Amino acid sequence: MQLVTNSIITPPNPAIMAERPVKIEARNVNVFYGDKHAIKDLSIDIPDRAVSAFIGPSGCGKSTFLRSINRMNDTIPSCRVTGDIVIDNKNIYDRDLDVVQLRARVGMVFQKPNPFPKSIFENVAYGPRIHGLVKDKTDLEETVVTSLKKAGLFEEVKDRMQHPGTGLSGGQQQRLCIARAIAVNPEVILMDEPCSALDPIATARIEELIDELKQNYCIVIVTHSMQQAARVSQLTAFFHLGNLVEFGDTNAMFTAPVEKRTQDYITGRFG
Amino acid sequence: MEQSAEAMQNASTVSSWAILALGVLAAVGGAAWVMSRISADFRARNTFERITSWVLLACSAVAILTTIGIVFSVMLETVRFFGKVSPIDFLFGLQWSPQTAMRADQVGSSGAFGIAPLVAGTMLITLIAMFVAGPIGLFAAIYMAEYASDRVRSIAKPLLEILAGIPTVVLGFFAALTVAPALRGWGESIGLTVASESALAAGLVMGMMIIPFVSSLSDDVINAVPQSLRDGSYAMGATKSETIKKVVLPAALPGIVSAFMLAISRAVGETMIVVMAAGLAANLTFNPLEAVTTFTVQIKTILVGDQEFDSAKTLAAFALGFVLFFFTLILNVIALRVVRKYREQYD
Ligand SMILES: Nc1ncnc2c1ncn2[C@@H]1O[C@H](COP(=O)(O)OP(=O)(O)OP(=O)(O)O)[C@@H](O)[C@H]1O
Ligand SMILES: [Mg+2]
Repeated sequence: MQLVTNSIITPPNPAIMAERPVKIEARNVNVFYGDKHAIKDLSIDIPDRAVSAFIGPSGCGKSTFLRSINRMNDTIPSCRVTGDIVIDNKNIYDRDLDVVQLRARVGMVFQKPNPFPKSIFENVAYGPRIHGLVKDKTDLEETVVTSLKKAGLFEEVKDRMQHPGTGLSGGQQQRLCIARAIAVNPEVILMDEPCSALDPIATARIEELIDELKQNYCIVIVTHSMQQAARVSQLTAFFHLGNLVEFGDTNAMFTAPVEKRTQDYITGRFG
Repeated sequence: MEQSAEAMQNASTVSSWAILALGVLAAVGGAAWVMSRISADFRARNTFERITSWVLLACSAVAILTTIGIVFSVMLETVRFFGKVSPIDFLFGLQWSPQTAMRADQVGSSGAFGIAPLVAGTMLITLIAMFVAGPIGLFAAIYMAEYASDRVRSIAKPLLEILAGIPTVVLGFFAALTVAPALRGWGESIGLTVASESALAAGLVMGMMIIPFVSSLSDDVINAVPQSLRDGSYAMGATKSETIKKVVLPAALPGIVSAFMLAISRAVGETMIVVMAAGLAANLTFNPLEAVTTFTVQIKTILVGDQEFDSAKTLAAFALGFVLFFFTLILNVIALRVVRKYREQYD
């Protein structure tokens, strides 16, 4: 059996990279869970103000790499990360980096909507409160309303801000989680299969929302749906067995992938 | 006399032979009956299942019927008690001295059966106990659930639960012989008079006793809070303590409340510690340095020793028991309802 070669990086469409500076620069990142080598020497440049999609078969390390971008892996005791991930010229694995600040700048939306068992208002106000981003009550209310509007949820919940967030539908809950994430004005939003628990209509709404959000944020989304990757992303990264196999312009990758493994996966021959 | 003894002897010999014969007969008869039933289309499994379910039902019935029986007998005696002492005097009277009722020759021997001093004493001791067990139990639970490594947890948790296994009589003499004198010594050194049997001593030790009740139940409910909520909070940049304070504890609150209620009902019903450390004096006081008495202590005091069974004094024990039962029942019902509601939230 041939050894899996290291990642081939197709030069992303120069037009895309030119107007969008690099936001996240990963160099030689390795992630281990105990003895398990989950991410193998991965390097990637993720541009700002664009949607980058991570695709690949289950267990290939998409979530693992995504979680290393906001250091959520720190919460798993067995997990160890080596290499550099630089966001805005600052290595986030530096000793002196404040994880609290990092996570305020790099927001995250999870696969299963996880609103806190609090009111809709309190869910969105959570981040601004703990980071002390608001001066007073009116300021807080304004932040909550703007965030809900950006997440496209305000019209549906404006009459029941004090009702529990857990009482919303799945799609609404996921938009609530997006509102919660953007309430602290992050620069990057990481989404791990944000639509996998949702029906097609709710999915379409979230995709619309992602499309709008990319004007202002650097968005990274993990998805199992090729169609979704093709619809929402400008760049796509294909992962396989802990390696980044190919990363480049989404259209190019779906029409003419460079790697055989990518082609096999996209056309559904494995994974 | 001798004759009758002999008759007795004979009778018992005969009866033991009769029992033996009956046993053999039953065994043989049973075997014959079983043999006769064995056939190709006898569905042994179905029969077995049916019999099993009957046996299990019978066991549950024994437990339930016992409870009902006890409640009924206590209730009947309580009604008899209220025939002698008015419920108003019992529930709202400020004086408790059942001893006076014993001396029938005395004028005005009706006794005083106001439970206010007992309510006050029980509440005072329970309050002190919860002041000890509430924070310590809850913080221990938070440590076990959120901070302790698996190794520490696997050692510390059973150790903590051993505390629940210490016989209360041991804790009782610990309270009476160690804690109470120590308290009195400290009190004297700072110029306070502490009774040698004080509510404080009993409350402190009872608090120690119920720590495991609070901690192990709270630990369970904190563990039941889904990890996804913690992840959500961490991803917002919250620290661990912020996450615990603002997400985990509020989510676990109903369960923690019910843990507290079960601990309270345990404290209210506890007897040995208060018998040994809190005293018998039915003082109507909220001063933790004085001796007080509780429901359980009075029930025990009334029923220890010889007494006429239909005196108001004896019957009072049943009335006290009934009130106590009613109170703990309500606490338990509330606690269970809260727990059930909480379960629905995540499943
Ligand atoms: N907490 C953990 N402890 C140990 N191993 C883990 C842990 N989380 C993930 N892994 C392992 O790391 C590898 C990558 O997992 P990861 O969750 O990143 O995959 P994924 O690409 O997100 O898969 P999926 O598409 O199914 O979500 C898998 O082999 C997985 O078993
Ligand atoms: Mg995943």
